[in-house]
Amino acid sequence: MSTATERERGAGNGRGAGSGRGAGNGRDAAGPNERVLEPTIFELSSPGRTGHRLPPLDVPEIDLGAAFGTALREAPPELPELSEPEVVRHFTRLAEMNHHVDRAIYPLGSCTMKYNPKINEDVAALPGLAGVHPEAEGEYAQGSIALLHHLGRLLCEISGMDAVSLQPPAGASGELAGMLIVRAYHSDRGNPRSRVIVPDSAHGTNPASVALAGYEAIEIASGPDGRIDVDALRAAVDDETAAVMITNPNTLGVFETRIHEIVDVVHAAGGLVYLDGANLNASLGVVRPGDEGFDIMHFNLHKTFSAPHGGGGPGSGPVGVMAHLAQYLPYPVAARDETKAEGYEYYMDYDRPKSIGRVHAAYGNFLVAVKAYAYILTLGPAGLRRVAENAVLNANYLQKLLAPHYDLPYGGYCQHEFVLSASRQKEESGVTALDIAKRLLDYGLHAPTIYFPLIVKEALMIEPTETESRESLDRFADVMLAIARESRESPELVTGAPTTTPVGRLDEARAAKDLDVAWEND
Amino acid sequence: MGNGDLRYTDTHEWLNIEDGEVTIGLTEYAQGELGDIVFIELPEVGRAVETGDVLTTVESVKSVSEIYAPVAGEITGANEALDADPGLINTDAEGEGWILKMMLAPDADLSAFMTAEDYKAHTKG
Repeated sequence: MSTATERERGAGNGRGAGSGRGAGNGRDAAGPNERVLEPTIFELSSPGRTGHRLPPLDVPEIDLGAAFGTALREAPPELPELSEPEVVRHFTRLAEMNHHVDRAIYPLGSCTMKYNPKINEDVAALPGLAGVHPEAEGEYAQGSIALLHHLGRLLCEISGMDAVSLQPPAGASGELAGMLIVRAYHSDRGNPRSRVIVPDSAHGTNPASVALAGYEAIEIASGPDGRIDVDALRAAVDDETAAVMITNPNTLGVFETRIHEIVDVVHAAGGLVYLDGANLNASLGVVRPGDEGFDIMHFNLHKTFSAPHGGGGPGSGPVGVMAHLAQYLPYPVAARDETKAEGYEYYMDYDRPKSIGRVHAAYGNFLVAVKAYAYILTLGPAGLRRVAENAVLNANYLQKLLAPHYDLPYGGYCQHEFVLSASRQKEESGVTALDIAKRLLDYGLHAPTIYFPLIVKEALMIEPTETESRESLDRFADVMLAIARESRESPELVTGAPTTTPVGRLDEARAAKDLDVAWEND
Repeated sequence: MGNGDLRYTDTHEWLNIEDGEVTIGLTEYAQGELGDIVFIELPEVGRAVETGDVLTTVESVKSVSEIYAPVAGEITGANEALDADPGLINTDAEGEGWILKMMLAPDADLSAFMTAEDYKAHTKG
């Protein structure tokens, strides 16, 4: 698939000497200040080395060729050959190179990288839950189906929605399911309509979901306070408006105070109102989207409800709807038949003729749902409300500490996150938001979201979450202040960052479009 | 082509108008804001466009942006070199990184564009 030369100029992926700045093969002796990359496990292989010894054969040997015929492979597989401690050390070194929320703050805006309580893992590892087969007959999986049903009811209670499908495996999948529900609803009424309105501060997945569902996304500009401009919305809404997608609080960390008016404008034109639930952490137990007038929403169990995420999943993005849309939910939906005997009353409901159909295999990411269920039961209603209160308190505390040193285009109290701008630094010394993000890595912290939302130049979008202590917030603020100082006094430290990570700046264009992470034995 | 001859739009396209044909690209300022460009969808030659139509989309490491038709006309050429190396827009936005050529419609309105000086003031704002 690739030659050695191609691999060497690969996007900083660290395979072999020569890739990345100052990279050395892990087997070479590296000086104390030299960057050391971890070779692939194949490169660490020594022929004949094993981590196990099989007992002597104590049954009659058979002729494999006769038993398996042409299905028998001709050459042994090319597996890495290492001892057990070598394998353990290899993966430990890789884990040490990674940043994760068990190590330090991970303040990615709109990602809610909160701590993942370990009790969730204990619960998800219970054999009855971890071992259940997705094709098991309902009578053998009553506990699992009951859990899904209860979780759906809890999400309804938290959100004010009437019904939930747990099938979507991610937030964007929940959005798409929501848009397909919008289409099914309007189609049933004779006209699917053609347009969905999205504010310019929306997550990029919103217009993408709109387009995938066959609608045209219409962008409306935010007002000067960062909120939806209700007059602009009113002007954009007409009888072709299928829905409006809203994130509340929005990506600027600002609550849409005119939400009832917004909902009324859309409903008066026959449209539906969708809530992007990515920012639900700010309002848990305080405000219910169903009470605000939303018709559809998605939840991010892997954000708000503390299941781990990052690194591509697995996630869970249940879609919730008000009663008039329940028949369109993706199937199967965990349900309860009260006429059945106890212990047999839960079932997966496939008999939903108006459903938009499946959006994922089986029942979605079941064990992510289990972790969210454990989290909700651990905290209870009062605990969930404290989550939101502390998330908002932490964000405001951090905003207050940082605001004098960076630009704050949308000021005032924030909700669970806020957006700074590095425009001042860029103007003064050419230091960009990207440089600041890279410099944070040198201090052992994760960078915030950058260059989003798009309406803020040099955006740094920070969401500390409720699980950071005051000391952790202070440490993050100290580092951000130090970087602001460095940007003034020695900007090259910032523009040249990172210097303490295994690789320096990567070629992001090639990493995006020309990534080659496949290893091949030359 | 000297920068002094170019005209600019408030959506960050530049135009070089010569004998009824106009070459269009993304401004130096815009490429700096977008960051490394990883992909550009080359516009379809022969397509007739109205002012404000989306000509094509540009994808950078930060975002996906649309390029709008500053004038009405017919697309007569696209910069094939960008297919292999969209980074040309980063290295020479107002030269080798040109994106497309259009034949102006007879009634194309050329009065509203900014000079280099006006555009510089505009991007400071």
